[in-house]
Amino acid sequence: MSAYEAIILTIITASTPLLLAAIGELVVERSGVLNLGIEGMMVMGAVCGFAAAHVSGSAWLGVIAAVMGGVAMSLLFALLTQTLITNQVATGLAITLLGLGLSGLIGSDFVGLPGVKLSNVSIPWLTELPYVGRLVFGQDPLVYVSIVLTAGVAYGLKYTRWGLIIRAVGQSHSSAHALGYRVIAVRYACIAFGGATSGLAGAYLSLVYTPQWIENMTAGRGWIALALGVFSTWLPGRLAAGAYLFGGVWILGLYAQAMGLGIPSQLLSSLPYVATILALVVISTNRRLSVINTPASLGQGFVPDR
Amino acid sequence: MKKLLTAAAGIALASVLSMSAVAADKLKVGFIYIGPPGDHGWTYQHDQGRQAIDAHLGAQVETVFVENVPEGPDAERTITRLARQGAGLIFTTSFGYMDPTLKVAAKFPDVKFEHATGYKRADNVSTYSSRFYEGRYVIGQIAAKTSKSGVAGYIGSFPIPEVVRGINSFLLGAQSVNPDFKVKVIWANSWFDPGREADAAKVLISQGADIITQHTDSTAAVQVAQEQGVHAFGQASDMEAFAPNALLTSIIDNWADYYVARTQAVLDGTWVSTDTFGGMDDNMVNMGPFVNMPADVKAMAEATTAAITAGELHPFAGPVYKQDGSLAAAEGEVVDLGTLLGMDWYVQGVDDKL
Repeated sequence: MSAYEAIILTIITASTPLLLAAIGELVVERSGVLNLGIEGMMVMGAVCGFAAAHVSGSAWLGVIAAVMGGVAMSLLFALLTQTLITNQVATGLAITLLGLGLSGLIGSDFVGLPGVKLSNVSIPWLTELPYVGRLVFGQDPLVYVSIVLTAGVAYGLKYTRWGLIIRAVGQSHSSAHALGYRVIAVRYACIAFGGATSGLAGAYLSLVYTPQWIENMTAGRGWIALALGVFSTWLPGRLAAGAYLFGGVWILGLYAQAMGLGIPSQLLSSLPYVATILALVVISTNRRLSVINTPASLGQGFVPDR
Repeated sequence: MKKLLTAAAGIALASVLSMSAVAADKLKVGFIYIGPPGDHGWTYQHDQGRQAIDAHLGAQVETVFVENVPEGPDAERTITRLARQGAGLIFTTSFGYMDPTLKVAAKFPDVKFEHATGYKRADNVSTYSSRFYEGRYVIGQIAAKTSKSGVAGYIGSFPIPEVVRGINSFLLGAQSVNPDFKVKVIWANSWFDPGREADAAKVLISQGADIITQHTDSTAAVQVAQEQGVHAFGQASDMEAFAPNALLTSIIDNWADYYVARTQAVLDGTWVSTDTFGGMDDNMVNMGPFVNMPADVKAMAEATTAAITAGELHPFAGPVYKQDGSLAAAEGEVVDLGTLLGMDWYVQGVDDKL
């Protein structure tokens, strides 16, 4: 494996969990809901995925369990914020706390056990192609899932009827309601989708990135995913670019350290954040676009007037 | 934000842990852990020490612990809680518990406190730490013998003296075998982030390192080494299960003897505030089994361990040159304890700058 392949592979591994978690949250926020519980859903995905994979021996069952774990947490969030109209910010934080604590409890018997790694895709001939084979045809399956999801969300939000409904609900839930759309149901579905992708992101950590269960193994990635969504002005293409930029600068920072260039490590550690904010600020200078894309009802609970 | 959250999670956990009532005649010994006892690293070893107290003094002592206590104000609350509930001796097992421990100790003069790796003491607060760097000298020698590329990758947590001392000791050990040996350093800027530690290991390997060693708390880097077919060393605890083919040995922190002795001292009424900096000689730093290496390397490692234990070999015995070429300790001298404790310079051969 050549050096550039190694670098790109590491960057993709570092970026994929961020992209997975962020793409779901993008849909959630487009529907007008702010779910700060990504970290909690992600860590629950990680523990459920690890536990199921360890018990069954199948990484794919782990992935399914991770999705279910994420969805379960998100439905709890949906029940509280959509049906019981609790404050979304506070509820999201509570979901994160619950997820971190509960995952530790579920995972206490799984700490230090060998994990099952989701194996990389291998296609005869194609994966062996020089230079591009490993990169294009030899990734782990969840990388392809993240790319397909991003493309699907981008297309779906822009060109499909469903996308239009989600955006309408996010822009003005009262108008959408008046038009006869079931605001709460749409938001439930979006929140569950966000839970599913956060769960996948968790599975990526415990089944691909570092195949083991360690308490609090998400280590703040949910918050980065949340920030990426906001800075990308809710556009999937920018979101993907942001996630890869973040992962790329992070990994290149590690390379810079390993090469002994003498740049302070604290500066290198902060660079991904600085670079991502700068890049997204620059591409967001089109204010008209930002205003149009910001879901006007973001974070507001909806109580239908019967 | 994240700090706030982990803090809140800590409160939640701490309040979930209910403490049973203690029979009045038993000494209650409390422990505050930074992580879960199942981390197979730092906290795991402290919990082994706690279990040793149970095993040796179980008839006269009851132990309790609170895990995942964040450093900072929550620590103070949790320590106070243990003191209120009648603990007579409390071990606070992370550097960041230093000020909270002293604050609580001032309020509870009859309770004895033991703080790990700190430097502030009081009449009822002792400190204790280990000369982990002795173990790093041994693994440095093994690395130099085992490595084909002559380059080791070192994953550091934060550039603090304890970690820098480890890097220097590792390299001095390696250079005693191969004077041209190099070490590349990546700072994770975190004690615990499995993803970052794994990334750092991958980067170091792709930069030519065929030995991975770490001063961070998770087992992620060892696993990467296993996957990519290079060698690695375990940190704080025996990590062999995570890398059966890659692991050469582990540096193991052994707190058990110290914990039992200190608890016995409280029972006997002989406890006084002290500062302990234990190493191989008093069994506070142990080496794990030497595996996956030829017999001659194993023999060398065992001999070095024995020499350090006997006090015949000091990892920082001169001549020691700083990175800039100046002399830190001349032939026949040893880098003094004060310099070791505040170490803020690399020795020659480290491919990094501080």
